[in-house]
Amino acid sequence: MLKKFVLALALASVSPLVFTSTMALAQEPKMGGTINAVIQPEPPGLMLALVQNGPTQMVSGNIYEGLLRYSKTLEPQPGLAESWTISPDAKTYTFKLKQGVTWHDGKPFTAADVLFSIETLKITHARARNNLVQLDKVEAPDDYTVVFTLKQPFGPFIGIFEVGSMPIIPKHIYEGSDVKTNPANNTPIGTGPFMFKEWKKGSFIQLVKNPNYHVKGKPYIDGIYWQIIPDAAARSVAYETGKVDVLPGGSIENFDVPRVSKLPNTCVTGDGWEFFSPMAWMWLNNRTPVLANKKVRQAIMYAVDREFARDVIWNGLGKVATGPSSSAIKFYTDNVQKYPYDPAKAKALLKEAGYKGEKVRLMPLPYGETWSRWGEAVKQNLVDVGMNIETIATDVPGSNQKNSEWDYDISFTYLYQYGDPALGVGRNYVTSAIAKGQLFNNLEGYSNPEVDKLFEEGAVATPDSKRQEIYEKVQKILVEDVPVAWQLELQFPTITNCKIKNLITTGIGVNDGFRDAWIDK
Amino acid sequence: MKKFWKLMLRNPGGLIGLIIITIAIFIALFGQMIFPTSPWRMVQRPFLPPFTNPMVTLGTDALGRDVFAGLIYGARVSLLVGLVSTTVALTIGVPLGAIAGYFGGKVDDALMRFTEFFQTIPSFPLAIVLVAILQPSIYSIVGSIAIVSWPPVARLVRGEVLSLRTREYVQAAIVTGQSNTWIISREILPNALSPVIVLASLMVANAILLESSLSFLGLGDPNLMSWGYMVGAGRTVIRQAWWITVFPGVAILISVLGMNLIGEGLNDALNPRLAKDSR
Repeated sequence: MLKKFVLALALASVSPLVFTSTMALAQEPKMGGTINAVIQPEPPGLMLALVQNGPTQMVSGNIYEGLLRYSKTLEPQPGLAESWTISPDAKTYTFKLKQGVTWHDGKPFTAADVLFSIETLKITHARARNNLVQLDKVEAPDDYTVVFTLKQPFGPFIGIFEVGSMPIIPKHIYEGSDVKTNPANNTPIGTGPFMFKEWKKGSFIQLVKNPNYHVKGKPYIDGIYWQIIPDAAARSVAYETGKVDVLPGGSIENFDVPRVSKLPNTCVTGDGWEFFSPMAWMWLNNRTPVLANKKVRQAIMYAVDREFARDVIWNGLGKVATGPSSSAIKFYTDNVQKYPYDPAKAKALLKEAGYKGEKVRLMPLPYGETWSRWGEAVKQNLVDVGMNIETIATDVPGSNQKNSEWDYDISFTYLYQYGDPALGVGRNYVTSAIAKGQLFNNLEGYSNPEVDKLFEEGAVATPDSKRQEIYEKVQKILVEDVPVAWQLELQFPTITNCKIKNLITTGIGVNDGFRDAWIDK
Repeated sequence: MKKFWKLMLRNPGGLIGLIIITIAIFIALFGQMIFPTSPWRMVQRPFLPPFTNPMVTLGTDALGRDVFAGLIYGARVSLLVGLVSTTVALTIGVPLGAIAGYFGGKVDDALMRFTEFFQTIPSFPLAIVLVAILQPSIYSIVGSIAIVSWPPVARLVRGEVLSLRTREYVQAAIVTGQSNTWIISREILPNALSPVIVLASLMVANAILLESSLSFLGLGDPNLMSWGYMVGAGRTVIRQAWWITVFPGVAILISVLGMNLIGEGLNDALNPRLAKDSR
């Protein structure tokens, strides 16, 4: 008892992060055991080349594999490719594939599968199609080499080989058939550490260990049950009662996170979202007379207490955004104008801008309690500095329609950034991305020729130091101009029973994490 | 009138109800002066339990907003919605019922089928649908509550008018050639008023409940603090912070109870048979 107490004391005095990482190193992985995890909502399908919903990526990322994996700092790591080289002109990428890899049905995996996958993804996977626009040709000189040739250098190219962005699918199953209707989609076959066993609709998805997995000794666990539990409160209870051991980000309501986190033997981490780096901001409709004024937009940045939002609404998870780029993605800089919470300055700026109390509509994101509360807090912040804010209540289709038709003044959103400004940042600020009727592009209507030019150059510049320079410049301009009001880099906490070790090892977290996970018994 | 008050006050339930609602109206009218801080303002740390900080007696909610301030401002919304929507429902229901009862025949048939059309649809789901379609705002909420609550008024008034229409004084008025409007408004309706007043007081209670239910479901006016909203927003954290839900819940309970007691008292006071017995 005393010993336990001393240990607890020692635990409390050591930073938890340091403690867990040293523990993980100190312990040898143990074999065996099954992990129960929540999957929310139930995925529409598991064939990753066809369906890319969040839950599909989470389950199927453990069935399929990409050529590369990415560390939490988004450094490429071997996946199906064991090594890769980039030519000095940054136009040729040569991947050496791992030998001796087999599909779950025993057939060997070769470069032909990669070529087939790329041709298929260009048709079925919108984001992959975009990622591959600079691709001139892809060839396989032999069974274990794949060479990508680009039309011009494209900096983010090394970042597009993650399993959700470019899953490799088996040619021998899909060749000559319509990929979309192939019955094999119901029993997905990949090269990953886990094989599909059973999907009982509305109840669970069962994956079992791939005994012939190409990384010797892995996976450690025997299988995964993805439990489908539609009610958020019931998911919390399932964790409390020990029915599930893993609550991936977003499984339970935010307000429940602190309570569940405090349960005994519970480990919480915000890691594993670095690749997606979700960033929340408020669209500011630059077309409206009030918000067209840069000073009003800057006033909004000063007026909103973003630290309060992080600490209270997101329970301390996440980071206050400094600008358009999340700090987790490449070429980020915090050497930009800062907008601390400063109501007095906001008031002064509004006065300078000649704001006379015109009504401004605020549309929170209709994604549940957290976002409603956030909308209310921001409204109060803005009212406090003298703005006349009216909250508009909508549902998801209504909000999508209003946003895409530009029928809003201020509107909440959050978007993924995919590790590179050319993939996930530029699309929200360049003039060419202004398209009425579509979502997730340049909804605010900001247009600055200099920004357009910088983003265009940044995507194709080499080497990285040159890209860094360009993107730093563009971040400075954007932060000064405040086309949208950046709020938080979101973190979705993954909650696990502490006996589950080593689950989050990559930048996509749970999505490909079970390969390295093990259970301490 | 004096007799009415005497009867009303003799009923202890009615008296209590009257006191409750008087206090509620007082709070709704003057609460803002006594309590100028907006209920949306984050004033203290979140989830502060009640009776720990004298500045925020009833604790704070998930964002650190004062629960007590919410109650004060919520009183205004609840009472306003209750009274206005009942008034609107009466302005629809009373004339329709009177016309149907007075003219009878085809007019009656047509109007009553129309009324039944509304009565066959369950009122709460209809209110939800209306608010959802019209987008939640105080106007759509008042409007939809009025729309779901006028049919009983129309039916009640029709019944009263049907029976009064055969009375001799009404017959006399018809014979002397008075206009229909004059007969309905001067001769019939004043005598049909007592049950309508009783019904109206219960309708106010019902409207307060409906508004709370709508807000609870997130269909309240996002710009107005109401009791139903407070319960709805606090419901999800009830395991951590009971007070966010309980206090507005109690406020709803008490005000609805108050209106019901008033209704009972009015019923007793205005019922001639009971009044005679008590003499």
